[in-house]
Amino acid sequence: MSPDQDQRRGHDAFLDAVDADDAFYVECSNGHGSLPPRRACPHCGDQQLAERSLPGTGRVQAHTVVHVPTEEFAGRAPYVTAIADFGPVTLTGLVVDSRAEDVENGMTVAVDTDETPEGDTPALVFVPR
Amino acid sequence: MSSVRVAGVGLTPFGEHPNRTTRDLFAEAGVAAMADAGVDAEVIDAVYFGNFVGELADAQGHQGPIAAECLGVDAPATRFESACASSGVAVRHAVRAIESGDADVVVVGGAERMTHAGTDAATGMLATAADALYEVSAGMTFPGAYALMTDAYFDAYGGSRRDLAHVAVKNHEHALENEHAQFQFSVSVDDVLDAPTVASPLGLLDACPVTDGASALVLVSETVAREADVTAPVEVTGSGQGTDKIALQDRESLSRTPATETAATEAYEAAGITPADVDVVEVHDCFTSAEVFALEALGLFEAGEAITAARDGTTRRDGDLPVNLSGGLKAKGHPVGATGASQLVEMTRLLRGDHPNSEYVADATTGITHSAGGTVASTTVHVLEECT
Repeated sequence: MSPDQDQRRGHDAFLDAVDADDAFYVECSNGHGSLPPRRACPHCGDQQLAERSLPGTGRVQAHTVVHVPTEEFAGRAPYVTAIADFGPVTLTGLVVDSRAEDVENGMTVAVDTDETPEGDTPALVFVPR
Repeated sequence: MSSVRVAGVGLTPFGEHPNRTTRDLFAEAGVAAMADAGVDAEVIDAVYFGNFVGELADAQGHQGPIAAECLGVDAPATRFESACASSGVAVRHAVRAIESGDADVVVVGGAERMTHAGTDAATGMLATAADALYEVSAGMTFPGAYALMTDAYFDAYGGSRRDLAHVAVKNHEHALENEHAQFQFSVSVDDVLDAPTVASPLGLLDACPVTDGASALVLVSETVAREADVTAPVEVTGSGQGTDKIALQDRESLSRTPATETAATEAYEAAGITPADVDVVEVHDCFTSAEVFALEALGLFEAGEAITAARDGTTRRDGDLPVNLSGGLKAKGHPVGATGASQLVEMTRLLRGDHPNSEYVADATTGITHSAGGTVASTTVHVLEECT
């Protein structure tokens, strides 16, 4: 795959890469990070984009225990959805392998994917480290 | 540039109308607004209509023509969709059409119908205002999104669920006499704190209800108001719109809402006012914490200061800056596509003196309305002033 094709890769390719322990993000020439698919940096409009490896761990910035879910996640509730800072980009994921009451802002997590209860779309998950 | 007058307003009762159609709801509000304005269908130059999830709730797209024909109007009609700010954005464009001279008489409003779908389906529909790729796919619901913002706010500035509970208590109290409100009953701080958790730290009584309803205004140019002798004592003197990244994860801060700041700055400049000139406010309180975020982004409170405003009485109807005298989305209800325009309906009535809570703002001359879509990714702010 050429660099030009790389930077246009979509969300599915991103999840596949996460699943393969090869997670990436998109960086513009001004150093702003974002997630695919991108043809322009959402922060500055720069169109010179390249894929970079996602740092291995991030820190939880905010979290919530969802008790009333969408239908797709009905089998999981209550569950924790969190936003975690990975440096150049920030991600939203389900926190797994942890009791809800043990999740704290500032905790270190890694990314992975997990099948949703419906099984049709993998979900981005955070695993405590 | 022509000034813009509010000639007439109309609302349905907000609440559960599972057996009524969206077009019937909008017809009720629109016909009421036209009657209030004293204008006939043939003088209307355009219809601007806000709706969020018509495709999902009613299997009906292309609602602009329906919005016109249900009022008996033969004029260009457009639907606006900006999630919960849909009719706020519709008002914004109606105002600009009149200011620019493109139109003299516009009907603008919105309608939504969701209660018939049930809580699970409604939760899914509302979640479509968040980012499908990166947020909903990670289990984010709409209350969950605001819960994350609230968690970040508490981390940054402090505050408690008890502080937020006072926002709910206040807005329920304000809705007691509002004949259009969905919830015309009081709640206590303990009621709010003891309610089931929806998405921590937010509970069921921190959240606005799922609502059916419609709103409409007739906006006219100053020329029409004068020449046709239309009574229009309230003027829209400022309009602003802002946009942010749709996903929370792409924002600079989880606890600030800069799209509101952008819209407010534009609206204040157009009206030639500052936050200090504002007498009364209607903000988008889809959750108790949303009222706090809005008041700070509108420049009415410093960052971290609005969290205690309901608890200390500042924003109560007898306080220095009454906020959500309608009851807000929290108690008046939130028929999503109708909400933004409904705030201008309520503000118009407050300023012209025929609102159940007008007595609390008898000396007010300047009010603002704030509409927010998604997690404040789409915003409008309007300044309304009593004509002197």
